[in-house]
Amino acid sequence: MGTGDPAGVAITHAMTSGMGGIRTTGDLVARMQISRGMKIAEAKKYVADKLGVSISEIHDAVAMRETREDLRIGTLQSLPGHPKGIEAKYNIARLLDIELNSLRTSKVRMG
Amino acid sequence: MAKILSRMGDGWPVELSEAELKQALEDGTQSAADTCDIEVLQDDELTYLFEICKVGTTMTGVKPGHQVVLSYDGPTFEIRRLGILANRQTALQIYERCFGADTLEFSHIDYSYKQVKPIVHEEIPLFEQLQALTVAPMLYGAMPNLGLYTQPDGPVPNPSELMPQGKIKEAQAAFEEAVEMSVNDMVFVASELYTAGCDGINIDTVGAAGDPDFKAALLATEALKKKYPDINIEIGMAGEFVLGMHGEMTHRGKRLAGLYPHEQVKLVEEAGAHIFGAVINTQTNQSFPWNLARAVTFSKACTAAANIPVHGNMGMGVGALPVCDTQPAETVSMASKAMVEIARLDGL
Repeated sequence: MGTGDPAGVAITHAMTSGMGGIRTTGDLVARMQISRGMKIAEAKKYVADKLGVSISEIHDAVAMRETREDLRIGTLQSLPGHPKGIEAKYNIARLLDIELNSLRTSKVRMG
Repeated sequence: MAKILSRMGDGWPVELSEAELKQALEDGTQSAADTCDIEVLQDDELTYLFEICKVGTTMTGVKPGHQVVLSYDGPTFEIRRLGILANRQTALQIYERCFGADTLEFSHIDYSYKQVKPIVHEEIPLFEQLQALTVAPMLYGAMPNLGLYTQPDGPVPNPSELMPQGKIKEAQAAFEEAVEMSVNDMVFVASELYTAGCDGINIDTVGAAGDPDFKAALLATEALKKKYPDINIEIGMAGEFVLGMHGEMTHRGKRLAGLYPHEQVKLVEEAGAHIFGAVINTQTNQSFPWNLARAVTFSKACTAAANIPVHGNMGMGVGALPVCDTQPAETVSMASKAMVEIARLDGL
């Protein structure tokens, strides 16, 4: 989606029908669509199973805040001592059992 | 009986009676079905659509658990277009942290692979920095934009000048040459970004220059999948119908001109892409309910045909959203709910 009116389009879609990104598990479900071509129901089930929670819980911002903090896979607010950015991606890759191109190339850059 | 506040396809308010709303929905779904031989919406789906359009609140929403993944084209310049002094890294952090974005897309203001090619070395350091700062999957996106390969913008003779002169074969040959150049540019840029660690490549606004444009996107996808079997590609369309600018261009034996979303997606998944962005255009002289019923009908046929996730394009002028710069939130919200819950889209 795109238009040049984020309040009218991006935010409205997010509030109406979006998973919420790192507020819940939208980024994780998206990773399964992008990397495995999973349709939405299959991608949600995959993520819920890997997190050990129910399908309804993966949409819940309160429950997922705690889960994400426990699993150290990145939270909306920056927490002291918790993984951020690429550090969280290492834990996401391990949890979802997928290879992330961003991690593979960062390892190459680090030698 | 109270009138229902609705809008026209250009965004201007209009009042409809219940009978007029029902008629608009029936006409909209029939229009889609007549266009490309797909099924009209069922009675229960039309009833649900009627309830969505009649609700009269400033916002609506899907039922809990029905939420889908959101992807974007050009979010890096959506923020700067508003005059906000934010660089592209800041813009994407705003999308991830403030807008609830499920995915991010890094892109250049000149949103075409041809234009990015000479400056891709400038794109990559910023892209790599941002990979370290964000958690959500990050794609790189741009258009094939075949128009940039024809004179005076590019090296290839301009088919739009050749066609009126009756030089049909010469015009087709020019398009074929442009396809080859475009594929080379897309493969070059996508390879650089893949090596830089992108989570996916978005080939966006595909078909903007008709069937040769779609052909270029399919060939580039196939070439990239052959080069990097684990590369992830999203193909988003420019319009609902592939224009026959060349007219006789085929891919894997299928004529590209005239294909609609439920047919386009089959070629896209065959090429190896993981996500398809379906477009349904808005007609400004029809009402929002008419456009919504039409968009839902097309999209439902597309998701039924697809084996890969389908993300409905729902920015200005597509997916039943009106053609206007500042979007009415209640209309966007109704369209968002209907496209997810009735058309069963996997994302927007």
